[in-house]
Amino acid sequence: MNDIFRKYQNWLMLIVFIIATIIALIPLFGVLGYVLKNGLSALNIQFFINLPKAMGLPGGGMANAIVGTLIMVLIASLIGIPIGILAAIYLTEYDRHSWLSTVVRFATDVLTGIPSIIVGIVIYTAVVLKMGNFSALAGGLALAIIMIPLIIRSTEEMLKLVSHSIREAGYALGISKGKTILKIVLPTAAKGIITGAMLAVARVAGETAPLLFTALGNQYWARSLNEPIASLPVQIFQYATSPYKEWHQLAWAGSLVLILMVIILNLVARFAFRSRSI
Amino acid sequence: MSKQYKLTASLGDQILRLLTLSMAIGVLVLMVWMGWQMFDTARPSIQRFGLGFITSRVWDPVKEQFGALPFIYGTLVTSFLALLLAAPIGLGVAIFLNEMAESRFRAVVGFLVEMLAAIPSVVYGLWGIFVLAPWLKTTVEPGLAKWLGFIPLFQGTPVGFGMLAGGLILAVMILPTIAAISREVMAAVPNMQREAALALGATKWEMIRVAVLPYAKSGIMGGIMLGLGRALGETMAVTMVIGNRPDILASLFAPAYSMAAVIANEFTEATYDLYLSALVEIGLILFGITLVLNFFARLLVWSVGRGPKGGSIV
Repeated sequence: MNDIFRKYQNWLMLIVFIIATIIALIPLFGVLGYVLKNGLSALNIQFFINLPKAMGLPGGGMANAIVGTLIMVLIASLIGIPIGILAAIYLTEYDRHSWLSTVVRFATDVLTGIPSIIVGIVIYTAVVLKMGNFSALAGGLALAIIMIPLIIRSTEEMLKLVSHSIREAGYALGISKGKTILKIVLPTAAKGIITGAMLAVARVAGETAPLLFTALGNQYWARSLNEPIASLPVQIFQYATSPYKEWHQLAWAGSLVLILMVIILNLVARFAFRSRSI
Repeated sequence: MSKQYKLTASLGDQILRLLTLSMAIGVLVLMVWMGWQMFDTARPSIQRFGLGFITSRVWDPVKEQFGALPFIYGTLVTSFLALLLAAPIGLGVAIFLNEMAESRFRAVVGFLVEMLAAIPSVVYGLWGIFVLAPWLKTTVEPGLAKWLGFIPLFQGTPVGFGMLAGGLILAVMILPTIAAISREVMAAVPNMQREAALALGATKWEMIRVAVLPYAKSGIMGGIMLGLGRALGETMAVTMVIGNRPDILASLFAPAYSMAAVIANEFTEATYDLYLSALVEIGLILFGITLVLNFFARLLVWSVGRGPKGGSIV
């Protein structure tokens, strides 16, 4: 009798976990389904080549926002990826077990949990106020700060996987430590590092909050990096909260483009660069 | 010649070492600098309002009166609602993926759950405005009011946009965090624990209950705290569905406001210094809370990653 109870209890709990998983996936398909349905019907070639039209007029596009997002993600990558990789090299290659590394590692973990809007505030007060205007540079810098801890953690994981015998082989050949790191360790871990960088790019490409008061947004093309610039997420936000139907459709189309960018980056990072062992 | 070569090589070595060291220290500097930068800007507001800032319910930029209580309230209610929904489900997902699913199935479902975290916040917000909020207004909220209307939480007119919508969207967004961390710490439970339980005749659920969950408990707590941290600071999706009204009402149907949302909405409209300063102070409070929360959450997660005290037998 007791055994039967235990058996049924076992099945009941296992079914509960399966149901939990199904519930967890409903919103994913809900969101993807609606974005696909509403986005596809609004997506056309004009979307990619036109500037936004005035309020409520049909036929506008988000060409400037797409380019703006690419520019700012590029700036963020140029700043964030090298800094992140260098810091990770210190943590794994030079000082793996010291208290300093532990503190830095811990701070990095904590930093990934800081709300992204905080980064926007900081860059606003430190850069936008000082320079006197919103700009692509400020936006890119904000995204870079979000990227850095992500890059450090993923790079560190990858460098840790490089076996010590490879490093020792380098030293045995009389190659200096610096050269061993740059020419042997980094190339060995390159695939994993690129994967991590792509995931970090995918993450910041969809960020809205840190751009609201650093890049601001722009209905036209930005003529330089020192001007307010449009970005896909901010444009989606502005259009979604506007009262115009035409803009809502553009917001759906923009979301579809943004989600596709993010998912493709994720898929490529995971499958094209996946390697079980280094 | 050869000596000179050696010298430059070691100089290069020194430079690389110093460069990497400075970047590592830079992370610490960055964190302190962020806090200082905000404190510096928030100072006028801190001096003017003192502790009253977090206890006052009045937010009136026209009269230069700033109190953050409605925003703190909205943030806390939506975040805890999200936690209430996401923690059990996230844990269930983690148990399913770690202890039950076949490896191929696990890879696919695990990827899908991670995708949930990859969808940008603004897209959740868009979905919230046009799908979730209308659905809540026409179906869910009238239903809740009908059956559970005797509880103040479920009274009032169904609006759609409000704390219920905010909490639901946050639940979706923090679920992957909770699931991922729980998976990570459950994967760190040695298989011998499981085998020992099974060898004693435990069913699978009993094995999970007596061997896996107690071992991973503090890490799971850490994961839930990280989820809470994410919920507290989440900006766009909440801004788009919470209704953006600085009121303190008991009903979950009522529109409210969150700390991150007021910053997002009013920051570029802050026309004078004190206004900006007050908004930055809200940011500073948010920064402080998430910093502390993340600090303890990471401690918990780290403690599991290293195994129980006394060393593990391998």
